[in-house]
This record gives sequence, C-alpha cells and structure tokens, in this order.
Amino acid sequence: MKKTAEAVIIGGGISGLSIAYNLASRGMRDVVVLEKNYLFSGSTGRCGAGVRQQWGTEMNCALGKATCEIFENLNEMLDFEDDIEFKQGGYLMMAVTEKEVELFKKNVELQHKMGIPSVMLTPQEALDIVPELNIEGILACAFCNKDGHANPFKTMQAYAEAAKRHGAQIYTYTEATGIDVEQGRVKGVETNRGYISTEKVVIAAGAWSRHVGKLAGCDVPVRPERHQILVTEPVNPILEPMLMSFAGNIYLQQEPGGEFIMGYGPAPHETFNLSSTWDFVETMCKKATHYLPYLKNIRIVRQWAGLYEMSPDAQPILGRAEEVEGIYLATGFSGHGFMFGPITGQLMAEYIMGLPTTLPIDKLDVGRFKRGELISEPSVV
Amino acid sequence: MTKSKTIICRCEDVTLEEIEAVIKKGYTSMEEIKRITRCGMGQCQGRTCRSLLLAELAKATNTPPSEIKVTTYRPPVKNVKMSVILGGMEDEENS
Ligand SMILES: Cc1cc2nc3c(=O)[nH]c(=O)nc-3n(C[C@H](O)[C@H](O)[C@H](O)COP(=O)(O)OP(=O)(O)OC[C@H]3O[C@@H](n4cnc5c(N)ncnc54)[C@H](O)[C@@H]3O)c2cc1C
Ligand code: FES
Repeated sequence: MKKTAEAVIIGGGISGLSIAYNLASRGMRDVVVLEKNYLFSGSTGRCGAGVRQQWGTEMNCALGKATCEIFENLNEMLDFEDDIEFKQGGYLMMAVTEKEVELFKKNVELQHKMGIPSVMLTPQEALDIVPELNIEGILACAFCNKDGHANPFKTMQAYAEAAKRHGAQIYTYTEATGIDVEQGRVKGVETNRGYISTEKVVIAAGAWSRHVGKLAGCDVPVRPERHQILVTEPVNPILEPMLMSFAGNIYLQQEPGGEFIMGYGPAPHETFNLSSTWDFVETMCKKATHYLPYLKNIRIVRQWAGLYEMSPDAQPILGRAEEVEGIYLATGFSGHGFMFGPITGQLMAEYIMGLPTTLPIDKLDVGRFKRGELISEPSVV
Repeated sequence: MTKSKTIICRCEDVTLEEIEAVIKKGYTSMEEIKRITRCGMGQCQGRTCRSLLLAELAKATNTPPSEIKVTTYRPPVKNVKMSVILGGMEDEENS
C-alpha cells in the first residue's frame, strides 16, 4: 500500500470512484480510494439505478441534465470494453392528486426553461407508452424520454477501471479508522492496513459519512435510512419507462435483461440494519399489481435492502468541510446518488483542483444547514 | 478458433472464460464476481453455480475453498409468484 497520496478518497461507491477517475484523468497523481468492504458493498451496489432529469428545482434540473449527458457517452468516455447498459426508456411520473397535477405542470414549465424535453400527458396518452397500465385513479402524467437507468455494477466497474488506468489506486477491504489532523489541517489517514499521509481527504462514504466525518472532528449531517427493493424473474420486455408515483410511493422498472425491479420508501427510521422483511414484499406486490395487473403471474426471485444517505434537506452535500482544512465532502445524496455520480465526480474534481466548476456548487455546501438556507425539492419519493 | 465453452452459470449463461477474465482483472471476491458477471443472480439464485464458482476462484487464486467468503443468500429462498403472496394461501409448489 502507498505511504503518501495527493488525495485519499474514503468510500468506493459510485461517488468515490467517479471522483477518483475525474481527479486522475485531470492529471492528479497518487489518488487513493479506500473501500472498507468489497467494491459493490455500499448503496450503489444495491440501488435501482434510475437516472432522471425531471426535477422541481433549477439546480437539480441542471445536475440531472448534465449527468444524463455524461451517462449517454460514458462507455466511450471511460473506454469501457463492456457496456454500462444505459437505457433511456423515460420516466412516467403518475399524478394521483390535484396538488400533484399542479406541481407536475410547474415542474414541466421549469424543465422546459432548462432545456429538458418533458411533457404532460393525459392518462389516455400514457396508455400509448404503457398499454397495460391501470389508469384508475391517475389524473395526469409527466414524461421525459431522456430519463432512464443503467447497470450500477457495470457503471462502477467502468469508473474503477478507468481510474486505475489513469494511475489511481483502489484498495478494497481497507477501512479508514482515523483521520490525522494537525492545527486545523488534515495530515493523513489511518487504515487497518497502515497509514497514508495526505493533505486532501474526500469523504464519499455514503450513509457512513457521519462516522467518517467524526474521525476528523467534522460534523457531516447525514443519517442512514433503510430502503428495500425486490427483483423478479426475467420475462419478455413489456415495460419501456420507469413508473413512478410520489403520492403512491412506488417506483417500478424493467431491466434490459427482462427482470422487474421495484421499491418504495418506508416510514423513515434511522438504522444500519440491512435485513429484508416480509411486510415489504406484501405491500410491494399490492402496489405493483395495482398499476400493472399482469405482474401477478410473475415470480419474485430476490429481495434486499440498502441505505439512503439522508441530509437534512434531502439534497447533496458537496464542497469542503468547515472545521478542517483539506477535507472535502461528497455525500448526502438522499437516495439519488447513483444518477448524480458522474456529475458529482466532475464537479468535485474541478473544485478540489481549484478549477472553475462546470455548474455552481456553492449552494450545496455543508454550511447551508447552519445558515438555515435549506433547499426545497418537491419531487422526491 | 472454437475454444471450448464451459458454462459455469446456466441461468445467466456465464462461461468459465468470462469468470477467468474477471479474476485476471483483479476481482477476486465472490460478491464482486457475482455482480459483474451475474453468475449466481439467475432464477436458481446460485444453487447450481455457487459451488462451481467457488472451486474456480479457489483454483485461480490459490486459496483453499474454506477460506473464501461465499455470497449472501437473499430471501425469498424459493421463487414466489406475486399472486401467491397476495392470496397468501396457495401452495407455492403448485403455482
Ligand atoms: C433500494 C435503493 C434504491 C435506490 N435507487 C436509486 C435510483 O434509482 N437512482 C439513484 O440515483 N439512486 C438510487 N439510490 C441511492 C444510491 O444508491 C445512493 O445515493 C448512491 O449509491 C450513493 O453512492 P455513494 O458512492 O455516495 O455511496 P455508497 O455507494 O454507499 O459508497 C460508500 C462506500 O463507503 C464505504 N465506507 C464507509 N465507511 C468507510 C470507511 N471508514 N473506510 C472505507 N470505506 C468506507 C462503504 O463500504 C461504501 O461502499 C437507491 C438506494 C437504495 C438503497
Ligand atoms: S446457475 Fe447460476 S444462478 Fe442459476
């Protein structure tokens, strides 16, 4: 293992790997990624991997659009010999209350201003996209054909391999156990496999970011929230877009391989527990077969759980830590960190290297919570 | 050019060559290999291929099989139709 590094990134999920690639490809030497477990063990390896541009704030629309454009070209950009399987089947957002209809209309208006090609659809028009959809109770839909999903494992693999080609080191089964701070500046990272001295540390530790922050005496306001998800046997492709309802609390999609993946957000409670429950399966089946009755005949093959890394306003935390010089934060994605991964890596690398950032990130700093400048995004499950 | 094709995972159609290639790339844990190749993620959930993968991994990395960490068994252990879960009563085996 290396004894010194220009930057040490704590966390080998999509965020850490994307930051590592972007730093290394911009010429930073000796970039190290520490992953306490195996490479796909965090939330990224457990996620639904949906990618969308349909957001309700200008900033999220801008981030969503930029990240989507990176996904479209990611295989070439990373010189990936395999395929990240980015499929743009669109997101069909179903409104079931008048309030939601109004919100979607406002969102679509904003999205158009941002150059995002979303549209409002009547339930009848939605049937053109999903003929088997049960439209009972659906008042209207919003749809954007640029939204979609990718294979999270292949996406991580693509970033990891490209980062390594540019000279970055990725150490799995290597846990950051201490962060060495002297006179308000970071000096190095202690791990279970030895000490690495460095002047730059990036905390990209997902739901574990608060613990990692504490190692340096930094307050990183991120709490874990367990979310469950299940997958069915593969069947013929019948569902193009991701189906999503905020009020109905569900998302559901069919993978390129034919499996359906679906989940919903349970009542929030702080936990690192990763067990799956029977309750979830039952409720999930009720919700899913309501919208797509044909799912009744399809078998569930696997269920699991993962953690959302929740910030106080459910928006990302990007920038530097306030307490210690040299510590950077890329966390708090609150369940949307997969899609934001590509743009996060680019913005953080630019920021850390003192380059102008492609999009402004100053509003996403950790200081906003103390200043009371929380961001309000209406469009989340 | 016809290299013999040995199938390790029947459900996901993963060959021995593919497994060897990812091991060579440095992915040496069963959890990583499962996620990259889908070996073990198919309909039988690895019942058939898990031991084959373990043996290959042991051979390729020169590690005794007993020292390799095997992948987590995810519930439900048996494939279940949604209608069965919703009905709650029917016999899984007959559905
Ligand atoms: C069920 C579910 C569905 C989701 N669906 C979507 C979706 O459709 N679209 C979307 O964009 N997002 C989705 N998400 C959210 C997404 O998975 C996360 O926001 C994203 O993966 C965060 O990536 P990350 O790299 O920041 O964190 P992670 O992937 O969690 O990586 C952090 C890593 O840090 C490591 N680590 C922690 N502490 C230490 C330490 N001390 N030393 C070394 N390593 C350490 C962990 O082991 C972990 O691997 C979903 C999440 C869940 C749970
Ligand atoms: S043979 Fe590999 S999952 Fe069934």
